[in-house]
Order: sequence, then structure tokens, then C-alpha cells
Amino acid sequence: MATADEIRELMRTEGAAVAENTQGFNTGRYDSVADLEDYEELKRAARSIKEDAIEDLPDLLDQLTETVEANGGTVYIADDAADANDYIRDVVDERAADRVVKSKSMTSEEIEVNEALEADGVDVVETDLGEWVLQIADEAPSHIVAPAIHKSRESIAELFNEQFDPDEPLETAEELTHFAREKLGEQIVDAEVGITGANFIAADTGTMALVTSEGNARKTVAATDTHVAVAGVEKVIPTVADLHPFIELIGRSGTGQDITSYVSLLTPPVDTPVVDFTDDETPLSEFDSDRDFHLVLIDNGRLEMRDDEQLRETLYCIRCSACSNSCANFQSVGGHAFGGETYSGGIATGWEAGIEGVDVAEEFNDLCTGCTRCVNACPVGIDIPWINTVVRDRINRDKDAPGEWLVDGLTPDEEDDGAPLQKRFFGNFETVAKLGSATAPVSNWLAGTTLSRRAMDRILGIDPRRDLPTFERETLVDWAASRDSQVAKPERRAVLYPDLYTNHVQVERGKAAVKVLESLGVDVVVPPAPSSGRAPLSQGMIATATDHAERVTETLGPHIEDGRDVVVIEPSDHAMFTREYERLIDEAAFTSIAENSYEVFEYVFGLLDNGASVESLSTATGAEIAYHSHCQQRTLGLEAHTVAVLEDCGYDVVTSDVECCGMAGSFGYKSDYYELSMDVGDRLRTQLRDDGVQDRPVVASGTSCLEQIDALLERQPRHPIELLAT
Amino acid sequence: MESKRASFEGALEALGVTVASTTESELEAAVTEAVTEPAVGVAPDEAVADEAFSLTETPVTVDPTPVALREATTGVTEAELGIGDYGSLVLSMTDQASELVSLFVERHVAILYEEDIQPDMDAAVAELDERFNETGGSAIIATGPSATADMGALVKGAHGPREVHVIIVEEGV
Ligand code: SF4
Repeated sequence: MATADEIRELMRTEGAAVAENTQGFNTGRYDSVADLEDYEELKRAARSIKEDAIEDLPDLLDQLTETVEANGGTVYIADDAADANDYIRDVVDERAADRVVKSKSMTSEEIEVNEALEADGVDVVETDLGEWVLQIADEAPSHIVAPAIHKSRESIAELFNEQFDPDEPLETAEELTHFAREKLGEQIVDAEVGITGANFIAADTGTMALVTSEGNARKTVAATDTHVAVAGVEKVIPTVADLHPFIELIGRSGTGQDITSYVSLLTPPVDTPVVDFTDDETPLSEFDSDRDFHLVLIDNGRLEMRDDEQLRETLYCIRCSACSNSCANFQSVGGHAFGGETYSGGIATGWEAGIEGVDVAEEFNDLCTGCTRCVNACPVGIDIPWINTVVRDRINRDKDAPGEWLVDGLTPDEEDDGAPLQKRFFGNFETVAKLGSATAPVSNWLAGTTLSRRAMDRILGIDPRRDLPTFERETLVDWAASRDSQVAKPERRAVLYPDLYTNHVQVERGKAAVKVLESLGVDVVVPPAPSSGRAPLSQGMIATATDHAERVTETLGPHIEDGRDVVVIEPSDHAMFTREYERLIDEAAFTSIAENSYEVFEYVFGLLDNGASVESLSTATGAEIAYHSHCQQRTLGLEAHTVAVLEDCGYDVVTSDVECCGMAGSFGYKSDYYELSMDVGDRLRTQLRDDGVQDRPVVASGTSCLEQIDALLERQPRHPIELLAT
Repeated sequence: MESKRASFEGALEALGVTVASTTESELEAAVTEAVTEPAVGVAPDEAVADEAFSLTETPVTVDPTPVALREATTGVTEAELGIGDYGSLVLSMTDQASELVSLFVERHVAILYEEDIQPDMDAAVAELDERFNETGGSAIIATGPSATADMGALVKGAHGPREVHVIIVEEGV
């Protein structure tokens, strides 16, 4: 695992460049996909092409092999990295090549072909400018699309000036680019073999698509007579026509460009003559196009992933990097912390677990907080947080149960397969909360003492700089039980779900919600209910989460049958009911709870829309307010409802648009991640301190967002429902 | 037709690609005006006014040597298709080395017949699908100049041309 020290160091050295670039790409993505009329349709098409292709993969591989061979090329399916490298070394050796030029390819990073060829004395030159910078600096890529994203212009200039000692020191991006272009241009025309990746390969014609902006892939192919394309077996799609959605989506998703400068559609060997670039006599057309083509398709664990129900989706990935760019943690630390041996970002967990093993994925898996901001960004609809959760669960199961008295006492764990202590503590927070309320205020005082904070830090890894939640003696459920419904002739009937925090800690927002709903003519009950399972799920304790899910649906089921709607205050719990439960419980139970659950403002919005009067709520006239929505709420498309209701009530609302507050539940409490959490939070703080925002009271929907904002700002935030209660 | 062309030209403009339009009879003059010498080129396949258009009356060296190619500033080739919504050009890879001529230069001048403008990417890919299925073949979908952001800011002209100019040849004149 990247230690707190490593994370701190990376934030210091690479953080600024990574943040600027990833956020630029991410904003570009939003702008660019907004121009697509049929964005969702294209994503669905892309997803379904990949689903079918992976389903039919063995047949497609056979078909592709036939077509490529009929075209005059060779196909080699390599079991693993060593196998692929042996084959490529033979090709290079047979061509008696002194120099190989490469166009950036993650798959060749995966097999480390450079090292293999260099060991044979071959000069290997990366032609992608960013990749070349890293080759010179002897560093690994930190991003799947923009490998040198962590390097600033200044550091590249320093590197070039030191390495090449040019007459005039290089400084501007123009100068650096021009210098690299000249240097690389010479080496490209001088090379015998060109290695490229392939973004997609159509089985029907053997046409491969290569997506680049610089033109280096084109040169790599055109200027050499032997072309080796290296790609994972998952890159095969049935037809050239299937390329359409990907061409529209890949650049937009990755860097926010509508399309990259060049999409090469090559059916090698290509007709371009192979020329001698020093020849001053022979016209171009008189050179022949005697070209050799080798397609090396790499399995390296992929076919096993195809049989793995949970990891299979990883193979749909088109390596666009949208998941990384939209990830708040990645925006702070980049792929050098948030990545494995080859791949980085959220989806890297799936790739590294599949091709390298769960232990490699473990090193960075915890950096996924499950906020889901990547989910809608992914052009092929991969549920990336779920893959992270599954892998986390597998990592937990690999571990021995530590069996510490403290946590065992506090958290009788249904999951006897041994998640680490800290994970079990956070995963079983329900027990802690119950105990906390039952013994408040003593529990609050006890938790706040220096001695216990030290113990919590040492044993559980809870950062002493974090304020702990303050438990209320009277829970929301107790309060509700002690009063009668205020609605004589109800318009609707609802059950307000008492999530852990609302019930034990933020009881005020629960009371406010009950009052607001009642003002709008809703009869409300607040029965005791198990916690949603969000906490154990975040820790990768899927069995425990499933148990919660089953108990929640059993508890709420009779209320739903009785005609009550389920209203949920905490967005992450609402997301459990409408998103994650699909993975945990049977279909009928999931459909019932998902269809009948509403986030509290979504519900209020619906009531107002159906004729309830805003007059029965507490309204304001033009009062200014700043609103921070919750990550999972935004993913579900529910931010707009809160904004609309607040505006209806007379507020002038500005909203934050940073992807995540940086807390994401337990993540921000952990000592290892405290600084990262604050770094992410800093972006939110900056927005909330902007001109015109700095004096606005802040409201936020999520528990963890409220805690994070509380830590970030002087202004104490509230849940927006508290504004509406009369 | 007009709307395809208008959206194509709008997209080119957004990409920083310059456009000129001409008739078949004025094509030589348009090419002459568009190139910065030294210029090399590949003559279009299409016949102009029943005669092969050879670029001979222009300052463009057709079928240059590799050294002349590397010394050239401008490369003139035909574009097979234009793609309206993206301002992309579909460049083919011929045995006349059009790929080298369009790539190893600072300025690429593309000759595009108006009738070859497709409305959108979907239509263009469908056409390529058909062609690749019949004849195999390769193509480049080129959109704007070559570019990189790897050196800390967006710079045009990474490995490929830094300028692109499109000459649209109008039909039937
Ligand atoms: S998981 Fe999705 S968003 Fe991430 S790189 Fe792959 S395709 Fe792109």
C-alpha cells in the first residue's frame, strides 16, 4: 500500500501537474459529451458491442486470425508476457533490426517489451512525446492516456536541457515539442521495426484502429517495413461498422477532445511504399510496399477474467481514462500512487487483479472510495466501484483475522473470513453507533480524550485530527415513537428510513425531514431499521453488506406493501437501495425497494410537482445559499431536485462542481488518507470561498460531506432539509 | 448538401483549418495559391473535366524523391471523404505514397470534392465498412493538425503537419 508518506510526497512533487491536467480533461469531457445528442445511446451501443464481443471472443479470435492471414499478415496469440516477448524478439531478430520505434501502447508496457528488446541490444525508442519524456527520465507512466501527466513544462525543460545540452536552453512548450519532433523524426525514419498497440481490431476485415493526436503511430507504421501490433485479446470487435460509437466516444471521454487528430484504420500490410529516406533519386512511387505484419494478441490472464463473473466487465474497458480523470483521489495523487504495475486509476484494480494478481491490486485498491463519480463517465458503463469492492473483498479474504479484543468487542463480525481490524471497525459502525447513543454523553466524552484518540489511532488507524461524530442520547426513532402524526388526512404515506447517522448523530435533520413531509401532507413513520450495509460494503465486506441488505428489505418490505413510500435522507444509503442492492439481493426484493425509494428532496420535489404548496414550507426571499451535492446523489442524477426545491422556496443557489468532497465516509477518518482527503477537500473549500460564495451559508446532502465541510470551513454546514422545516 | 457543407466548414474553422472553394477549372490556381514552396504532391485520382488532373501546372512536385519529400514544406493530396459534423478528412493510403506526403510535411493541403462530404461519422464509417469489406484497404480519419499537450501546453505540429488547408472542389461547374 502506498504509505501516508509516499502519498504526501507524490502530492508535493506531482500533485499540482496531475490536478491541473486531469481536471482539464474532466471538464473537457463534460463539455464535449454535452454536444452529443445521442450520448447515452452511443454509450449503450458501445457497451453492447463489447459485451457481445467478449461473449464471442474465442470465435472472433479464430475469425480474425483467418482474415489477417488471408491479408498476408501473421497472428500470434501469446499466453503471457514472456511468450509475447519471445515472439517479438524473434521478429526483430529476423529483421536484423538495430532500432525499433514504438507508438505508445499500454499492452507493451504490460509485457515490458522494451526491456526484453534492449537486453538483445536493440535500440527501442518511444515516439509518443510524453512517453519519450518518461523514457528519458526513466519513469513509469502515471496515466493511461497521458503518460507524463505528472510532469510540468518546467521539469521537462530541465530534463531536456540536462540530457541533450542544446545550444539555446529549451523553455516553451513550442520549443520542447519542436525539439522532440526533430530528434524523434530522425530516429523514426532510421528504424526497421515499428511497434504499435491497437485500440480496436475488427475481426471481419482485420482492420485495426489506432487513436493518436501526434501522428506518431502513423509514422511508426509508414516509415518502417515491419509492423508489430501488440494488443490484449479483448480488443477484438466483430466489424468495422462497430467502430462507430467508439470513434465518437473515446477522445471525448479521455481528454475532452471531440475526436483525436488521427484515427488510423489500418488493414495491414498497408500499400504505402517503403522508402529509403536518404534517397534523392528514386520517386516515391517506385519503391515497393514489401511489408511484414505481425499481430501479437496477449492473453496474460484475460481469458480467465472472461470466466470470472465479477472481473469480466473489466474487459469491456477501452482505456479512455475517463474514470481516472473524474476521480477526486486520482486528481490529487495520479497513477503513481493510484495504480499498479501497468494500469492506473479506478479500473486498474480490475486489470491488475486479472493480469498481475490480487496482491498487486491491493497496493492501491483502498484509494477507491466508492464515490461512483466514474460510473457515468465510463463510455462502456463499467461499474468500476463494484469491481473495486469485489477485489477488496477478495483481499480481505486472503488475510488472517486479527481478532483484537477492542474491535471484537465493539463489532461482532458476521463475516468470519477476516477483514482487517480497521475495515471491520468501519464496516460494523452500526454497533458503534448504537453503543454510542446508549451511553451518550459519556461515550462522546470518552471518545474525545487524548488517551482514547491515541488508542484509536494506533489500533484502528483513525486520524486524531478528525472530529468524531457526537452521538445523541435520544435517537430519531425514539423521538418519532414518542409523538403522534400531525397529518389528519394524508395525501401520501411514507416511511422515513432512519439511517445510522440521522438516527444517532444528525438527529436534527431527521426531525426536520419528518416535519417537512408532514407539512406537505405526508403521514410519516420512522421504524427502527438496520443500517443499509453501506459501511461494510465500503470496506469490501460483501457478505456483511448482503446480510444488512436482506434485513433492510425485510424490515421495509411490509411498509412498502402497505402502500408507503420509502424516503431516504442519506444519499449514500439511497444509492445502496437503488444501485448496489441489485448486486446483493434477489431481483424481486431489489425492484421493490428501488422503485419505491426516494431521496428526500427528490420526494419533496415530486410532492410540489403534484400540487403540494410550497407555502406550507419555510421559504426565503432571494436568500443566498451555497449547496454541495453528494457524489452518489449526483451519479444518480438527483442533484437537480434539491436545487429546484431550494429555488422554489426562494433561495438563490450556487452549487459546487468538484467531483467529491474527499471524505467519502470512513476514508477521510483513516490516518493513512487524512492528508489526501484534505487535499481533495481543498478544491471544495476553494469553491466555497470564491467571490460571491464566501458569505453564503452552506448546505450539503451527505453525512460525510457535512463532516468534511465542517472540517474545511468556519461556516458550519447543514442539511438543506433543515432550511425547509417550519 | 448545403447544410452538410456548412457544418463541415464550420467544424474546420473551429479546428483552425483554413478552407478555400473552387471549381474544377480553377483548381490549379487554387492549389498554386494554397501551397508554400517547396511543395510535393500526389495527383487526385479523379478526372477533372474529362482529363486527369495532374498538378503539372502548379509549383507542386508530383511523385518526389524521399529527400525532396523531407525537404518540402507543403504536401498536397486528395481526401477521400469529408465528415460534416467533425470536420474530419478521410485520407487513403495509396501506392503513390499519399500517406507519406500528407504526414511528413508542415502544411497539408487536401483536395476534397464537395460530393464526398458525408454528413456525419456514422455515415462515413458505414462507407468505410463497405469499402474495407470489398477491397480490404486502409484509411486515416484526420481531424485538424497534429497536436500534443505532452509538453505542458497544447502545441500544434507534433509529428505531423501543423497546418491543414482544405480545397473544396464544387461540382458541375
Ligand atoms: S473503465 Fe471505462 S472510463 Fe475507465 S478507462 Fe476503461 S473505458 Fe474508460
